[in-house]
Amino acid sequence: MAGEGVKLLGYWGSPFALRVRSALKLKGIEYEYQEEDLGNKSPLLLQSNPVYKKIPVLLHNGKSISESLVILEYIDEVWKHNPLLPEDPYERARSRFWAKFVDEKCVPALVGTISKVGEELEKGAREAREHLKTLESGLDGKRCFGGTKIGFADVAIGWIAYLARIEQEALKIQLIDQQNMPVLAAWIDYVLEDPVMKELMPPHDKVFKHMIDMREKLIAVVSN
Amino acid sequence: MAASDVKLLGARPSPFVNRVQVALNLKSIDYEFIPQNLAEKSELLLKSNPVHKKVPVLIHGDQPISESLVIVHYVDEVWSGPPSLLPADPYDRATARFWAAYIDEKWSPLVRNLINATDEQSKAAAAEKVFEGLKLLEDAFVNSSKGKGFFGGEKLGFLDVVLGCYLGWVRAGEIITGLKILDETKTAALVGWAERFTSNKAVDGVIPEPEELVSFMKMQARAAAAADASSK
Repeated sequence: MAGEGVKLLGYWGSPFALRVRSALKLKGIEYEYQEEDLGNKSPLLLQSNPVYKKIPVLLHNGKSISESLVILEYIDEVWKHNPLLPEDPYERARSRFWAKFVDEKCVPALVGTISKVGEELEKGAREAREHLKTLESGLDGKRCFGGTKIGFADVAIGWIAYLARIEQEALKIQLIDQQNMPVLAAWIDYVLEDPVMKELMPPHDKVFKHMIDMREKLIAVVSN
Repeated sequence: MAASDVKLLGARPSPFVNRVQVALNLKSIDYEFIPQNLAEKSELLLKSNPVHKKVPVLIHGDQPISESLVIVHYVDEVWSGPPSLLPADPYDRATARFWAAYIDEKWSPLVRNLINATDEQSKAAAAEKVFEGLKLLEDAFVNSSKGKGFFGGEKLGFLDVVLGCYLGWVRAGEIITGLKILDETKTAALVGWAERFTSNKAVDGVIPEPEELVSFMKMQARAAAAADASSK
């Protein structure tokens, strides 16, 4: 698939950048990837996303698009083969609804918990479990949000598959409850086994170490 | 389109509900508005939006759709004839969606902070942030409208509906704070746009008058204070 001047500014550990990389890969779109040092952002990043100065940013034909879910919709509309969003408007609405739910509820709960200790950690884990249980209802018993194959919502939500398991390990809490959330647990396995998603997930040890480091830094900040 | 086929669970003061009303009006879709008592949520609301238990919920046939921006996309896709709410070009669509997310996630909380500010110092600081945001939106408007009257160009579009439905609350905020939020010396283009939006036929009768919203806010504050007092 011709690149047509496609470039992605990203960061290896960002679930939001992972969304965009998954979408580009699922569509077989060639692109240039630029890894950003978030402590020393490139002039290109600052110029392309002046409002937030964040990754991911997609550059296409000299224009820049920011905000991962906005980028996903853009990719789906420009490169129409292997569609991410379903055709039916009601199913499209459901995909968008769950992607938004994850950003509003699951992201803060999962990320917020990383810096917590003691009772706050228990509370954080409980809240995250509640949101994950709600997320499970979105699967409606199916193997993935796209129905029979990975789609928009799976791409938007897929990073939870690796992050939740690593967070359980690193913080020694329970997030994915096999008994209580069998459908979500099965979805996690399905996503982690998908060849495209599997190839893009950052390595376990790297993420684990990154999370431990981040946790230590955040705890130190809070206690000072 | 049979009126009973499309239902909207809503509450008049909600800008999110207003968005859906304007979108349906723009598309000339008949619908039944079912007002909701948010203090005592109906079975229908709880069943139709079990995740958030909030308005708006659009019920089309027997399928419920929640989240105002998701609903507006749905309306644009199901009733795909003119007028289109989202622009035709994918980059323009991305730009509209980007600003819609900015408005909901970043700018409107700033307005809320301003309205709720208790002392002059925090009010001034909050106002400064609101104006900074409005400057960005002014630029976005100039770029988007390409010399025409609306974010959507000649006609009202998605981003007009997203921002426009906050205008009631912006006006209410001006009454409460005594500050001019939409100021022609600061954001002249947006002031002109606000005028055109509010007087558009599709918006007629949808957004409550600012005085009504001020009363509503005071009522809510009293109810919250009473709930606080009774739970102590």
